[in-house]
Amino acid sequence: MEGVESQIAEWRAYVVDVPGVNGHDVDELEDHLRHQIAELRAAGLTADEGFLIAMKRLGDVDGMSREFAREHSGRLWKQLLVSGDEASAPAATGWREAVAFALAAAVTVQVVRLAASAPDEEPTWLLRNAALFVLPFLAGFLAHRRRLDTRGWLVAAAPFALVALVVNVYPYAADSGTELLVALHLPVVLWFAGGVAYMGGSVRSHERRMDFVRFTGEWFIYYVLIALGGGVLMALTGLILEPAGLSVDWIPMWVLPSGAAGAVVVAAWLVESKQRVVENMAPVLTMLFTPLFALMLAGAAVVYAATGVGAAFDRDLLAVFDVLLLIVLGLVLYGMSARDPSASPDWMDRIQLVAVSAALVLDVMVLGAMIARIGDLGFTPNRAAALGLNLVLLVNLAGAAWLTARFIGRRSVLHPLERWQTSYLPVFALWAAVVVVFLPPLFGFE
Amino acid sequence: MRIDKDLIAASATPMVLAILAEGESYGYAILKRVRELSDGQVEWTDGMLYPLLHRLGRHGYVTTEWRTSPEGRRRKYYAITDAGRAALAEQQRQWAAVTRALGDVWPGGLLPAIGEA
Repeated sequence: MEGVESQIAEWRAYVVDVPGVNGHDVDELEDHLRHQIAELRAAGLTADEGFLIAMKRLGDVDGMSREFAREHSGRLWKQLLVSGDEASAPAATGWREAVAFALAAAVTVQVVRLAASAPDEEPTWLLRNAALFVLPFLAGFLAHRRRLDTRGWLVAAAPFALVALVVNVYPYAADSGTELLVALHLPVVLWFAGGVAYMGGSVRSHERRMDFVRFTGEWFIYYVLIALGGGVLMALTGLILEPAGLSVDWIPMWVLPSGAAGAVVVAAWLVESKQRVVENMAPVLTMLFTPLFALMLAGAAVVYAATGVGAAFDRDLLAVFDVLLLIVLGLVLYGMSARDPSASPDWMDRIQLVAVSAALVLDVMVLGAMIARIGDLGFTPNRAAALGLNLVLLVNLAGAAWLTARFIGRRSVLHPLERWQTSYLPVFALWAAVVVVFLPPLFGFE
Repeated sequence: MRIDKDLIAASATPMVLAILAEGESYGYAILKRVRELSDGQVEWTDGMLYPLLHRLGRHGYVTTEWRTSPEGRRRKYYAITDAGRAALAEQQRQWAAVTRALGDVWPGGLLPAIGEA
């Protein structure tokens, strides 16, 4: 029996490192294996023979690992593999492509800046098109990494071409409000368009959409880190060179815009290849900030419910509330994508429910104030865009709150909640697209 | 007779749900029951059962619980939920429709074909 014990221990040590399989799975498989060996021994086989037959019946580890990984795509994400039959992009390679696409974005930004003779002049087309000078390179990088075929490239490129056309043929009036709204919503539309490339043609897949949510969260963390580091570097460079009598005007003109554009691609490459570095940080960040935001939101909901909302909500505050609600949504989405879907509800889910419910209450109050304002003063492009965004958020938060409550009350599993959020992603993209495409003509490009 | 891989895969979910509808169970016992029910003709690769069980868990069709087995090992037990029973009923309707159609179109019906094998 000694020999079999060491064989089982060896097998265990091997399987526990296999992608997609975790410690609990191995416990379960080991119980299976021991059961099978015991039964074969009872039938007259030796322990060694029993082990061999039990292993054979269990099947090859690669196939099993693939099945486990397909089922638990969250684990897979952590282990840097792409499921499915297509070959996965090699883990830590591809930096040459990343640098090439980042450089292309950096150079494009400079060419455009010189063409617009910024910063001496600031033509509005520059602001309106800003996202179009950077995000196509991100999408291109992702499409290249996913090794899309010609059809895949066309599908990924189509939204960019359409949006570029629409944004530039519209005759915006001078000081146009809709033009500013387009500048704000265009990055969102293009980010989702980049998502099409990221998901590599399987945009309907729930798992791939969840991966895209993870990607977005991780990308944001990396981008903030790069921005902080870059900011310190630029500030120090300026401080060191200026006393020596050198002009440092070139920093905000050359380094800042190009660095910001290139970092978009570099951050994406880091997310794709250095997953392990951040994966321990992401759950910690959401765990830290979800309770704090929940507390703040609950407090704000109580205060505004007590003092009434009528006068308090002016235009700036409405914008602040919209940003706040979006952050809550981001936290919830990202926290969910980092979560083990098979775990039972815990205190974090309760806190999330508090955050979502408080956000929902605030959103209802904001909507009330907004509708009153529109009733008094009529529609403007800004009010229409804000009203739409709040309605989109309201439906999402209401669904999330309902499904989270059901999950905590153990009347349901986590799966419907995840499905709700991944199915809702296109709604955000569609709303942003509506603002970019339909709002300007509706308001006469004012 | 070897049963086609796709057919085994398609029948796996209703089979497991039906076995769990008989009472709670665990991986090894479920596999044994499958062999028993099919007279050894349905042969699963044992390792593939576990990802399937996990998927059923994620969809809320089964609940899981770690307990100590009579042999003193930690063992994961699975029990069917109401959602699982509903899914099983739906699967039964679909399989009934398929077998009815096959029975109508095959000369002599479904059972003689099985007998010849």
